[in-house]
Amino acid sequence: MSNNTAVVKKNIKPGAQKKQRQRKEALAAYAFLAPSILIFAVFTFLPAIFSIIASFFRWNLPYDPVFTGLSNYGYLFTDDIGAVEFGKSVLNTLYFMLGIPINICVSLWIAVMLNRKLPAVGLFRTAFFLPTLTSMAAISVVWIWLYHPADYGLFNTLLIRFGLPIQAWLRDPLLAMPCLIVMGVWRGMGYNIVIFLAGLQSIPHDLYEASEIDGANWTGQFRLITLPLLSPTTFYILIIGVINSLKAFTEIDVMTQGGPLGATTTLAYYLYQYAFQYFQIGLASAVAVVLFVFILVLTFIQFKVVEKKVHYG
Amino acid sequence: MGKQRRSLHKTNSSAKVATYVILLIGAVISLIPFVWMISTSFKNLGEALGSSFFPSELHFENYVEAWKRARFSEYFINSIIIAAITLTGQVTFSIFAAYAFARIKFPGRDFIFGVLLSTMMIPAMVNIIPNFLTVTWLGRIGPLKWINNWPALTVPFMGSVFAIFLLRQFFAQIPDELFDSAQIDGAGHFRFLWQIAVPLSKASIMVIVVLSFIGTWNALAWPMLVTNTPDWRPISVGLMNFVEEAGQQINLTMAGAFITIIPIMIIYFFTQKQFTESIARSGLKG
Repeated sequence: MSNNTAVVKKNIKPGAQKKQRQRKEALAAYAFLAPSILIFAVFTFLPAIFSIIASFFRWNLPYDPVFTGLSNYGYLFTDDIGAVEFGKSVLNTLYFMLGIPINICVSLWIAVMLNRKLPAVGLFRTAFFLPTLTSMAAISVVWIWLYHPADYGLFNTLLIRFGLPIQAWLRDPLLAMPCLIVMGVWRGMGYNIVIFLAGLQSIPHDLYEASEIDGANWTGQFRLITLPLLSPTTFYILIIGVINSLKAFTEIDVMTQGGPLGATTTLAYYLYQYAFQYFQIGLASAVAVVLFVFILVLTFIQFKVVEKKVHYG
Repeated sequence: MGKQRRSLHKTNSSAKVATYVILLIGAVISLIPFVWMISTSFKNLGEALGSSFFPSELHFENYVEAWKRARFSEYFINSIIIAAITLTGQVTFSIFAAYAFARIKFPGRDFIFGVLLSTMMIPAMVNIIPNFLTVTWLGRIGPLKWINNWPALTVPFMGSVFAIFLLRQFFAQIPDELFDSAQIDGAGHFRFLWQIAVPLSKASIMVIVVLSFIGTWNALAWPMLVTNTPDWRPISVGLMNFVEEAGQQINLTMAGAFITIIPIMIIYFFTQKQFTESIARSGLKG
């Protein structure tokens, strides 16, 4: 742009011509962008603004909205009942995120092994990736029965075989969330493995060879070469993991409906309940705003704190 | 390339065995829920609620019953039409947008692209209320019904940051000489895009088609909200309704669940290589 204005000052005529051509180019670009931008505006940007505005209203369908200022936020943060319930859903969300580091460790471990280029490794990769592709709805339907509290649930048949007492799994308030986490790790692993594998393959082999000459053993190589050079990949997986766990809905809706006793009500599920079961649009919008701020803060922390440990190049 | 590295591992064959054992355990864990699903789907009800892992005889009729009772023939077609409309819109719009970002200089380009990328952070749940109100409202003011009809199920998904991002990477790699010579022949951006850029990026477009198809096929929360009649109900919602209806008949439930994932499995086995490669690529550049 600054280049262009300099040209215009020196020689007006060709500059004007160039400007006209640039305007034509820009018009073409905007025309090309228009359909996508329109969809994003209507279904992503305006909704965000809408949520912020709606959060200042008491809007219980089918009644009309009434402006109530910050009272929805007051309910979420200071009300005796509301704040307890809301605080619990925030804690549940954080608890659910425990699956992310577990998933990272397991999939990194498997990716390192798959990277050894042994025969038939492709078959294993296929197996690991299958759960990721399958719909969460179908998977949840299957896992409900794996976690079935009767003695014919798969996990309970295993417990019986080992002579252990059977569990209520998803119906046990203490076990429900770990059950969802285990299923999440099982399903999400494949995606992370594929990305870790790509990251591993981009690490130059000479580094390993040089360190071998220096007498480094496998753990030393892993700690001093693999981990640091893989950190951008790990960082990416971490961010995707956070986004995915914040939007988790299907498995919760199908398997626990947020229960038992609210043990699996995450922020996203809490929002959905208030909007589409209790029809409190204003309050649900306030939750949406908090959820959005939550993501912003988490992303900010990730970039500021974690990125220091990420090595690029 | 890795000769020395490989020889290192060759010397250590017990490590090799250990690797295989661990991978095998992992693969079994990954696959067992599927095996269990398929095996249960062939049992009769008594066996399904029993403790034996495999059926004593194969009850194929479970599939017929699940297919009929879940009305899968309708929902299958619905899902395919929904996917076809979503994909056509999404791919076309994303091709245009990606091209503009990759090959045209215009004021605000980097800013707009940055804003688009940042929307990937917003979970769909945040927008679900206003979007629901929007499609209800659009149906009321416009000539077209949105709820219980294809527009609500497809139009909101026609904008895809991921698709734009992936195609932009590809379009940016097309050598400038190609564009210059096309321009000498009198081709503008539009013709260059459709006659040269798009045919060159067939592979990337295929990846987007496959990924979006899987996403559309598997979507549940939004379709559940905007389809309260069977007319346009996709298969994922159909499965949920069937699961509720079938109750304790888990052999039928599992047959139904397996039916819904068969198309995805078929597509995956045919496009496996491009698929994992493209995910890896998009991941690294993300």
